[in-house]
Amino acid sequence: MSVGLEHYLILSAILFSIGLYGALAKRNAIVILMSIEIMLIAVSITMVAFSRYIVPLLLTGQVFAIFIMVVAAAEAAVGLAIIIAIYLSRETVDATRIDLMKW
Amino acid sequence: MALDIAFWVLAIVGIAAALAVVLLRDVFRAALSLILCFLTVAGLYITLSADFLAAVQVLIYVGAISVLIILAIMLTREVQRGSPAGKLRIPALVVAILFLGVVSFALISTPWQVSTVSPLEPTTAALAVKLFGEGGFILGIEIAAVLLLAAILGAIVLVREK
Repeated sequence: MSVGLEHYLILSAILFSIGLYGALAKRNAIVILMSIEIMLIAVSITMVAFSRYIVPLLLTGQVFAIFIMVVAAAEAAVGLAIIIAIYLSRETVDATRIDLMKW
Repeated sequence: MALDIAFWVLAIVGIAAALAVVLLRDVFRAALSLILCFLTVAGLYITLSADFLAAVQVLIYVGAISVLIILAIMLTREVQRGSPAGKLRIPALVVAILFLGVVSFALISTPWQVSTVSPLEPTTAALAVKLFGEGGFILGIEIAAVLLLAAILGAIVLVREK
């Protein structure tokens, strides 16, 4: 059976689930951010696969993938800056111990 | 046929690398396997005949974002303590597997209207026309520029010494 649209979609669903597990289960804030990057990349694969197999001449999905990359870069910069700021003031990046706003 | 073999190799390596990111206790090794995952995704873009996106993927993710992540790991000295899973490990596993099952079922049972036209290649000029041309995504480009500026300013303000 040759590789088609469903293969790419299932692959990105698996990657998204792995990222979802990591984002929910991990305690290190940097690893949570890395899991979110995996989820974003899984969505990008979906967009490019739809663009390749459904509308091969329009490239709309690839444009969306470029915008996802822009947002991912901005999110990584701001997220890591927040994590470093928290580490400078509280000496930890453990997400279960960053509970100042929890009641 | 060669594309099929490339897809299977890239898919298996990519899933293994993503699992390593989530399962390894050493944060630095997790970051290195995240870079491997980014590289396999760039290869997958090539099998999808998205050559420009593959190059941009290597430049931005493998080049910039991984450097940022490794820098943050070095600055926070959590390498010794590793990244243990929290108390929510079993519920998170259940949620992820349920999500995977539901989404896979929906994906397989949907009748996709797959087009038989062979895709554009190379895509760089066509993407530029699509982004900047008449009736394109120029407003989105402007908003992306403002977003990146705001992110840079926010990152500088957040980590600046008082």
